[in-house]
Amino acid sequence: MTYTALALLGCVIVVALDLWVFRTRLVTRKVFWTAYAIIVFFQLLTNGVLTGLRIVRYNGDAIIGSSTPGTFGNATDAPPPFFGDGRIAFAPVEDLFFGFALVTLTLVLWIWLGRRGVQREPRSGPPLFPRRHRPSR
Amino acid sequence: MRFAYVGVLAFILVGTLWLEVLLRTRVFRRWLRLVLSLVPVAVIFCLWDLYAIASGHWNFDVARITGIYLPGNLPIDEVLFFLVVPLAGILALEGVRSAKRGRAGWEAGDEANSEGDAP
Repeated sequence: MTYTALALLGCVIVVALDLWVFRTRLVTRKVFWTAYAIIVFFQLLTNGVLTGLRIVRYNGDAIIGSSTPGTFGNATDAPPPFFGDGRIAFAPVEDLFFGFALVTLTLVLWIWLGRRGVQREPRSGPPLFPRRHRPSR
Repeated sequence: MRFAYVGVLAFILVGTLWLEVLLRTRVFRRWLRLVLSLVPVAVIFCLWDLYAIASGHWNFDVARITGIYLPGNLPIDEVLFFLVVPLAGILALEGVRSAKRGRAGWEAGDEANSEGDAP
């Protein structure tokens, strides 16, 4: 199977686990998507370094875009495109699905374990420097 | 340059570990739950990685990884990635929960009184 197919399949499996197997229903929760927005921003940044500097290189036969330049039969020598040719922030779009499966599966297990009573406590927070509570809003 | 890959991992750790202190996420205090969440995911994604490497889906610039490998040509850098990134994900989730603590609509499902609770 190509990386494209595996990454999409991974996401489908993880969402199915979340909704119907572990029943954590994270993908229906505001707290999950808020955290995920922060995570994906930093994924684009850090994965952009790994892929833009060509520390990790991809085979065009396995992804939507072309091979990373200088590898897998791509003779040109330049960084991969920042955007376009199946890439976002230098990385194949497949990496976004791979990352979603990796992080979401972890969070499903983390919440499922807490729900089962495995170290539900101590809960997170409050922050060391809490914001002043604003009444009536 | 051998440490370019693990340098990125160090950046991810520095960028998230402070949440444990300043937002009191208490993730490391719940170490057993943390280990039980991280290990199965790391195993699954190492297997995916082994398949991808064997199938030629991707490879690595040998000059910029540590050069330490697990059987199957799996760079130790990748194994660390599959531990560091999920840890950062848990810290991010618990960081948001710390900031939104006590507010309605921000439940994650493991609260003591959550509906659909213990079977």
